[in-house]
Amino acid sequence: MNFTKEMSIQWLQKTTELIKENKDYLTELDAAIGDADHGLNMDRGFSKVMEKIFSTKTNDCSDVFKTTAMTLISSVGGASGPLYGSFFLKASMSCKGKNELNAIDFVSMLEAGVQGVVDRGRAKVGEKTMIDVWVPVIIALKKENGDDLVQLAHKAVEVAEIAQESTRDLLAKKGRASYLGERSIGHLDPGAVSSTLILKALDSIVENK
Amino acid sequence: MKKFINKVEDVVVESLKGMALAHPELEVKINPHFIYNKNLSKGKVALISGGGSGHEPLHGGFVGKGMLTAACPGEVFTSPTPDQMYEAAKATDTGAGVLFIVKNYTGDVLNFEMAVEMANADGIKVTNVIVDDDVAVKDSLYTAGRRGVGGTVILEKLVGAASEEGYDLEASRELAKKVNINTRSLGVALTSCIVPAAGKPTFEINDEEIELGVGIHGEPGRKRAKMQSSDELTEYMFNEILNDKGYTRTQREWDIENKEWKDITLVDEPLQAGDQIIAFVNSLGGTPLSELYIVYKKLDELCEKHNIKIVRNLVGPYITSLDMQGVSITLTKVDDELLKLWDAPVNTPAIKK
Repeated sequence: MNFTKEMSIQWLQKTTELIKENKDYLTELDAAIGDADHGLNMDRGFSKVMEKIFSTKTNDCSDVFKTTAMTLISSVGGASGPLYGSFFLKASMSCKGKNELNAIDFVSMLEAGVQGVVDRGRAKVGEKTMIDVWVPVIIALKKENGDDLVQLAHKAVEVAEIAQESTRDLLAKKGRASYLGERSIGHLDPGAVSSTLILKALDSIVENK
Repeated sequence: MKKFINKVEDVVVESLKGMALAHPELEVKINPHFIYNKNLSKGKVALISGGGSGHEPLHGGFVGKGMLTAACPGEVFTSPTPDQMYEAAKATDTGAGVLFIVKNYTGDVLNFEMAVEMANADGIKVTNVIVDDDVAVKDSLYTAGRRGVGGTVILEKLVGAASEEGYDLEASRELAKKVNINTRSLGVALTSCIVPAAGKPTFEINDEEIELGVGIHGEPGRKRAKMQSSDELTEYMFNEILNDKGYTRTQREWDIENKEWKDITLVDEPLQAGDQIIAFVNSLGGTPLSELYIVYKKLDELCEKHNIKIVRNLVGPYITSLDMQGVSITLTKVDDELLKLWDAPVNTPAIKK
């Protein structure tokens, strides 16, 4: 099974759904160590993506991701807007000109997206950010080197859930949470949790194929 | 939650529309949101700032002759998005270029970085300055660095005057950096604040407790303490600022000539006996002016004791955290250049001279 444009739209639809369901939870997590707006901002951004994606002409995954990127950049605000925006922008560039993505293309697309986040936010692993989920996921997927999207998506969620949980014990060194010093320990990173939701959305749509 | 709001999601837009009606001299654009001075001076550098809403009068209230050219308000406590700054830059650049004044918060920094890249791609001469004056943050290595707080108000006034005087883009940015490294702030909060969309206080705090070293987003500070007298709190804030040794940070600056990002290192100079300062006592929104003067009285006494001369002052709510009860003190060391710029005329909704 290859990853198609239709699947990319379904992925975003499912992501929007999961973000909406977890809006209050994400905001609560952010209230503990940030400024209590992550759920609200992500919900506003992805709701806008849903409006845009169906009113914009898109030919392939690259177009879908580009529209997603531009919409998130102009509607989310906070750090998440540029970070998730950069993720989808770089993901879009990596699959430009490809009608469908095979498993290798798909992992490269994710990797390019993650590199976009790293370049924009300049965070390193262990600083209690979304990178703490994305980097181990990419490492695991490259190691897996599989050609089955379903299996890869399962693996991604499996790694992401552990990685997300590992942010609880970390001391925040980036973003607003870093100002709390030791007080940031004991709380999950909201960006790590929303990143895991995006991977869960992926897992759920490829499984139903 | 009891607030003068109609619908939570309309807070920012309704407030902007009201501001437009109250200040017909300003142009207020909705979607993307930005406020700008219609009477652009040709050949003058455009100063654009922005940040989350909820800090009013910052930044929209500082748009006008002698201060900001434009301001981009985000959602409450959420940074604005790059399209706002980009559109504001297009609307206000008269050829002399655009300086983005950015408070050091990760969201603001990243969104403004994207705006710089967009404006540059459009052929606009652009650069940025990052304000980070909050001494509550001790290190820059293990945090996102010092936050931009009260110093932003002083910086916007001084650089606004410089732009009026005809400083070019690079000179305006260098002046902004000079103000930044000569400015230090610290805030104390007695209560949290209520973000409209959240509907309840951001943190719980009882009647006997306070938060020391807070920022401007209703977040907890560096530590919690027992309530003390105004004089004791003022002395705490003053000492934190006075005892702050040189702070070193690396910032990302847009190189005007080479059109690329470069890392720059800036070091603060500690306050010393004999220095002349602008003293700024600010309310975080819920503390009345009468109490600010009680703080100012003690601050004046402390400065005199340490042979630091207050040559100008600013007392009032200028950079707030919604309805938070709390005070911040900002001290800016000035020389003749800065003093002259401080005394220059300014005409904005919030500051007039």
